[in-house]
Amino acid sequence: MIGIMHSIVCIKYALDVAELKIDPATRAPVLAGATRKVSDIDKNAIEEAVRIKEKVGGKVSVVTMGSPEAKKAITEAIAMGADEGYLVTDPSFDQSDTMATSYVLAAAIKKIGDFNLILCGEATIDGYTAQVGPSVAERLNLPQITYARRIVVEGDSVTAERDLTENYETTKAKMPALITVTKEINEPRLPTLMSIMKASKKEIKVWGAADLGVAKEKVGAAGSSIQVLKALAPEMKRKGVVLKDMPAKEAAMELAKTLVKEGIVKG
Amino acid sequence: MSSGEFKGVWVFSENKDLAFELLGKGRELANKLGVELAGLLLGQGVANQAEEFISYGADKVYVADDPALKSFQPEPYKSVIADLASKYKPEILLIGGTRRGKELAPRIATVLETGCSSDCKVLDIDASKRLLLMDRLVYGGNAVSTLVCRSKPQIATVPPRTFDKPQAAKRKGEVVKVEVKAESPRTQILETKAKEVSGAKIEEASIVVLGGRGMKSKEDFKILDELAKILGGQVGVTRPLAADLEWFPEWVGLSGKTIKPMLFIGAGASGAIQLLAGMRDSRVIVAVNKDPEAPIFKAADYGIVGDLYEVVPALTAALKEIFKK
Repeated sequence: MIGIMHSIVCIKYALDVAELKIDPATRAPVLAGATRKVSDIDKNAIEEAVRIKEKVGGKVSVVTMGSPEAKKAITEAIAMGADEGYLVTDPSFDQSDTMATSYVLAAAIKKIGDFNLILCGEATIDGYTAQVGPSVAERLNLPQITYARRIVVEGDSVTAERDLTENYETTKAKMPALITVTKEINEPRLPTLMSIMKASKKEIKVWGAADLGVAKEKVGAAGSSIQVLKALAPEMKRKGVVLKDMPAKEAAMELAKTLVKEGIVKG
Repeated sequence: MSSGEFKGVWVFSENKDLAFELLGKGRELANKLGVELAGLLLGQGVANQAEEFISYGADKVYVADDPALKSFQPEPYKSVIADLASKYKPEILLIGGTRRGKELAPRIATVLETGCSSDCKVLDIDASKRLLLMDRLVYGGNAVSTLVCRSKPQIATVPPRTFDKPQAAKRKGEVVKVEVKAESPRTQILETKAKEVSGAKIEEASIVVLGGRGMKSKEDFKILDELAKILGGQVGVTRPLAADLEWFPEWVGLSGKTIKPMLFIGAGASGAIQLLAGMRDSRVIVAVNKDPEAPIFKAADYGIVGDLYEVVPALTAALKEIFKK
């Protein structure tokens, strides 16, 4: 364990899936110009790292792989309390799958240097694969704790309570370790206007493929095993009968009669 | 490596029921490819379960029975499965998509330098290319994507209850005992605490009455309980009510349970894309919400714009009245 607590948070400037538009003619999501934001659960990871720093001292670094525009995500993380930001960007990284992404992130983390903890969200809002965290842990040979809903750092070890759907599991690891957090672990703070202005002046380190020394054949579309054949919105054929501006009792009776008449419910 | 060296379909889940579901799907895929189906059985004192794997469709069962595998830990499980896959080279590896399976699969894929697709809902074979076609939700549930993996093994995780458990039958198969050289676990499990789960499984209910953020307290769920009771259905919730407020142990949605009941009634759920991803295959969808602009109305067959605290009891009363006749 290194002298001071150093957490590195991996974040994604992800597609804002709530705002994503679908082209009704083709059912294809309209990705050009779609809005992006820091992936929701990554914000929980940033918040947790900042809280750990507030408790035991040290510093928080954030790293993201993305387009140059992803700088905005780093600035937001710094406004939330992170100290250093690293943007890993290169045209050759485009269309990297999860494995190519973890390869680049692991290289970036190695270049950042000594750390005690790597924090990630349990999954990103757009891809939702939950793969990048564990894959980074494998590449850096780190103990991993996934789906943490509570984290306690004590000395050179970390203990986390995991949400494993059917049960909660309390797991301990010696640092350095990698932890993915759930959305419920905390309520991410909203940065103040002042802190955003201050953060936007902070220098962000920008690294490309050459800086990281990554192999071209292992990144981007060329380095990705997973290929997308198509991505289309599912067809939604719904009746869309909506009763409004009616007293609750009348509307309820009308709906009840319809459900019975259509054979959907039976007494 | 030429992909011709890779042959066979393998399945693994630390959850037995899920392993059987995967054997069912794996059998179908293996038949299409004309190859063998193998199950992986890891744990301590599990060797006697091999016959059961065969009865659910496995031609072969690799049994790694060792104290090092007594409880699930990512490092030993990953190392044993990755070593076996390096040695025997399956072309497809299906892994049960529990949260444990989902932390395991990407580590195996990393070791084997291949790809992995999470939470696959549909699996099929492109016979001309001998490729696994994997469908999963992307963009937060806004779209369904079909993926292929260009390297082998093609790894996919599959959520519980995606595929039916096959009928067990008397079959013949081969049991291969594996010499275990497992990596040591890097974490220590201090405590496991079971969540309080009611007996009935929401994904098996034919009618689901679901409460969202519009529900003001846990006690208020009695109005949903009453509606569910008269319909013979079950009550469910959205993620914030389960994971945040802990009113319920599990939730419906992209990160929780996927349900497809005959009738889904959503009360006070706005219909965020993450919820829709978990229930949009329901046969009939009914929505009750105060906000006429709530996206759930676009996904619904029938909707009532109104206060759920008035509409839901009124609906229960109306059904009671009709059923009495």
